[in-house]
Amino acid sequence: MRRSAEPFWWLLFAAGGTVAAFLVPVSIALTGLAAPLGWGGTAFQHARIAALVSHPIARLYLFVLIALPWFHAAHRIRFTLAEGLQLHQAGRLLAVICYGTASVGAALALLVVVRL
Amino acid sequence: MKALVRPMPILWWLRSRAYVLFMVRELTSVLIAAYLVVFLIFLQRIAGGPSSYERYLHWLAQPAVLAFHLVALAAALYHSVTWLQLTPMTVVIRLRDRRVPAATIVAANFAVWGALSVLILWLIVGT
Repeated sequence: MRRSAEPFWWLLFAAGGTVAAFLVPVSIALTGLAAPLGWGGTAFQHARIAALVSHPIARLYLFVLIALPWFHAAHRIRFTLAEGLQLHQAGRLLAVICYGTASVGAALALLVVVRL
Repeated sequence: MKALVRPMPILWWLRSRAYVLFMVRELTSVLIAAYLVVFLIFLQRIAGGPSSYERYLHWLAQPAVLAFHLVALAAALYHSVTWLQLTPMTVVIRLRDRRVPAATIVAANFAVWGALSVLILWLIVGT
């Protein structure tokens, strides 16, 4: 019998939801509000922030912070479209599009953090 | 063999408050995903050098972009609160053969969330 891939996607969904719950609000407050509004004083100066994000632990952190919630969103969008818009017939196609987009995004995120 | 799928109206989720909240919770993931796209570009601009980074900060300071981040923050907070409250339904933790009460798990979740947020804030703007 062919093994289902569903547990794998569900695991990424759960991991992404947890990462998003713990880390995304503070991240939005910092880069979406504090940085453009100048609340951090000198904290967001280029030299300092560039040094900070290129630390190996920071790169790993940033990759996890960005990539995992994308799989979480892919899973939610997949089932919301299938249930909400009654697209059960296109279930397989939806799964490929959603997880495919998240995978491409994760690859891009990896490329960006490696070159920081 | 063909599965029987009961036909449902497309707007079934407008029927009750609980269903609408369910849909709102699902949609928070879209705003979080969109924010992370903006954030990834932010990182790429840091790597692109000071002038590229400064221009991006200017773009971020536009009222419409700030408004997007406010909405995304509200969505992210809603996701955090609902997600951290639901954990006891998916995770069973046993301590000395006794199941840890749901309220304890939720309280621990919120404590970890707060501590992590303060730690990251401190690392970025406090040091």
